[in-house]
Amino acid sequence: MSSDSHHKENFLQKYIFSVDHKIIGLQYGITSLLFLFFGFFLMMIMRWQLAYPETPVPIVGGLLGDTGILLPEIYNSLGAMHGTIMIFLGVVPLGVGAFGNYFVPLQIGTIDMAFPRLNAASYWSYFVGGVVMVSSFFMPEGAARSGWTSYPPLSVFESGQTIWLIGMIFLITSSLLGSINIIVTIVQLRAPGLSWFRLPFFVWAQFVTSFLLVLAFPPLEAAAILQLMDRVASTSFFLPSGLVYAGATVEVYGSGSPLLWQHLFWFLAHPEVYVLILPAMGIVGEVLANNTRKPLWGYKSMVYAIVFLGFMSFIVWAHHMFLTGMGQAMSAFFQTTTMIISIPSIVILTAFFISLWGGSIRYNTPMLFALSFLPMFGIGGLTGLPLGIGAADIHLHDTYYVIGHFHYVVAPGTLFALFAGIYYWFPKITGRKLSESLGKLHFWPSLIFMNGVFMPMFIQGLAGVSRRLWDGGQLYAHAQDVLQWNEFMSISAFCLGAAQIPFIINVFISLFNGEKVDRNPWGATTLEWSAPSPPLPHVNFEGSVEVYREPYEYSVPGAEKDFTPQSEK
Amino acid sequence: MSDHDHGHIEEHIKVYLTVFGALAVLTLLTVSASYMDVSNTEAIFLALSIATVKASLVAGYFMHLITERQTIIYILCLTFVFFLVCMFVPLITIIDHTAL
Amino acid sequence: MQAPYTVEERPETGLNNSKLGIWVFLASEVMLFGGLFSAYVFLRMAAPAGEFAYWGSKLSIPMATVNTMVLISSSVTVIMSWASLKMKDFEKYKMYMGLTLLCALIFLFIKYFEYTGKFHHGIYPSSSTFMAIYFTLTGLHGLHIIGGMIVMGYFWLPAGNKMWHSEPEHFTNRIEAAGLYWHFVDLVWIFLFPILYLL
Repeated sequence: MSSDSHHKENFLQKYIFSVDHKIIGLQYGITSLLFLFFGFFLMMIMRWQLAYPETPVPIVGGLLGDTGILLPEIYNSLGAMHGTIMIFLGVVPLGVGAFGNYFVPLQIGTIDMAFPRLNAASYWSYFVGGVVMVSSFFMPEGAARSGWTSYPPLSVFESGQTIWLIGMIFLITSSLLGSINIIVTIVQLRAPGLSWFRLPFFVWAQFVTSFLLVLAFPPLEAAAILQLMDRVASTSFFLPSGLVYAGATVEVYGSGSPLLWQHLFWFLAHPEVYVLILPAMGIVGEVLANNTRKPLWGYKSMVYAIVFLGFMSFIVWAHHMFLTGMGQAMSAFFQTTTMIISIPSIVILTAFFISLWGGSIRYNTPMLFALSFLPMFGIGGLTGLPLGIGAADIHLHDTYYVIGHFHYVVAPGTLFALFAGIYYWFPKITGRKLSESLGKLHFWPSLIFMNGVFMPMFIQGLAGVSRRLWDGGQLYAHAQDVLQWNEFMSISAFCLGAAQIPFIINVFISLFNGEKVDRNPWGATTLEWSAPSPPLPHVNFEGSVEVYREPYEYSVPGAEKDFTPQSEK
Repeated sequence: MSDHDHGHIEEHIKVYLTVFGALAVLTLLTVSASYMDVSNTEAIFLALSIATVKASLVAGYFMHLITERQTIIYILCLTFVFFLVCMFVPLITIIDHTAL
Repeated sequence: MQAPYTVEERPETGLNNSKLGIWVFLASEVMLFGGLFSAYVFLRMAAPAGEFAYWGSKLSIPMATVNTMVLISSSVTVIMSWASLKMKDFEKYKMYMGLTLLCALIFLFIKYFEYTGKFHHGIYPSSSTFMAIYFTLTGLHGLHIIGGMIVMGYFWLPAGNKMWHSEPEHFTNRIEAAGLYWHFVDLVWIFLFPILYLL
């Protein structure tokens, strides 16, 4: 069967430069989890400063200079890099690179991705991009400090930005190669009988996500090249005429536009947030169906909704730019499209809720995370609505309200869904289950402290406290009444960090001592569960795969078990 | 396109050479048109029209889009829509700028 | 074990993997150059009237016209190289692919003269917004030419012989994919030329 593995693979070929999608998926998974923890750690330093302004930071204070106090410039670097690392080195590589790579070929019943070597190339491009990004901390200039949004003119003059732009080019390349692979794989390599409306919802989510990446990332790559030129070749793509910086007139040609950067940046960055949420919705769909022992309610509407969502995501971007002086017509246009785009999200969330009705719900750890996704994403989504309305956004733009909104969607939203995926699919990857008790010890404190960190942000934001302030708003009269929340949020953040320890211990212990299980411990219907655990190197399945059923045939009346695998006749 | 045989290919080659000729002529046309005394808008319209015809010939015949499968055509149409959005929406936003 | 439909077409879509893959890649390239063209239009609108035309007039139309013809010729030679493979004529393939690479080299040479000519007169990307977008657009396009040359060069001599004898159909598809990429590079220039040099 494996005609080209007649040559023995050496260690490098088998584990380092492997072209097997499962190894590459694991590489993405391990690397991205490390980056997630690193990004979290950066935020903890920031939160210390916000809770206890100008007091030396414990443990790592020595790295911050003589006084051990977090200085404003470093605070700005931590802020910019926290955002960059979490999004581009953490969540997307985990959601798309790890889960997408590992499980899309399995769920469509094929042996690997369409272009295995391209797959390896996309991982290594990500890895190099990550190294470049992190190395910026060790450069004399320091890391980027103009926000992950890198707005010019500031970003053209501030330190650390050139290396950020170079890192981004590697990361964008990685995403482009990866998403081309996923699209071709899903279109071309579906097993016989696996028609489009028999695809698991997770696969649909990855398919739409890949289209977003393929079509939205390149304009940001173009913009990054332009900003690089501004920094390195003294051009003024983004620098207006008559600019004065640090007291001196800037000696460039001028005639450029900072707004041009904002348009090109947000043209990607808005679809990017859907890249962050879609794989998570896919995972939640899988876990909900499995643990309610019922098909997903409204599967077809969810598919149409997710495709419509993908399309709409390209025409809402300027709701990040309501305060740039745009006229009424365009403002109305973007407000309208933004309101419309909430509809598919509501369709999907509602379908998930209704899917619970009448189900035989099993409250295992993956299900706990998936269930909590629903209200958490609900809060995140609802708090987005005022931001999409121009009149309200005038007050809320660039305040802590925004930070609260997007963290709710990404942190107790996407990240919880990704945890659900890890607990759910760990047995497929390793042949062992993660401990349920440690899992619950991870889940409950995480849920509580996530809300502890992010709920007060709405309070601070509504009071008018701006984001990206080193002193947390201390100097402002309007912030005085809400300043006390800073300490509360910081302590919640430290406790949230501590709550991840059971998870880390769980992974290591279970790898060696976890409960051994057969290939389908959850009684699931999708194709990956008919492969051995772990699936066979390079070929995944023991024979050829044929699909006879819909993806979620749970509790079918008259069937002998409460689930029927897709590949069963 | 593994259903092509020898004769088919030779017909295709004739098409390729014809297109080459057309492209050469259109290039000379576009250069001479640039020396014409027309308004800015007309010049832009003329240049882009000729370029579009040339591009369509390359895409249609050299890249075989004229006989290509639906999947590819759909993907390209989708791309073209977003291309137009990326090109024109920022512009419209600037034109619609409030006079502050 | 090779993934299915690497060479033969999947009946439902009528495509093999590399054809779909290269077109999806080209779609992303459309958006990349689209971003840059969008920047061009944006900056031209923001600039004082006549400024872009003034700086544009410093470019050499004759040189660029020659380059346009060179690139169009290379488009023809690359498709002839693929057609030769379809007709099982490997020697003709080598000739046409060689010609394609030669045209690409000529294109780069002429670009080199254009660039150094500008530098000689003290005109750099920093000299004006027009020059900035001119150098960036043509520079990125030039990088794409170099990238294409590397891939086609690899398929021309080192890998060509070996692949043609071991898996001819797969090789022919690869040349078709490389050709599609090359035509796209030609396509970008078809728009670059009038926009930068003539308007």
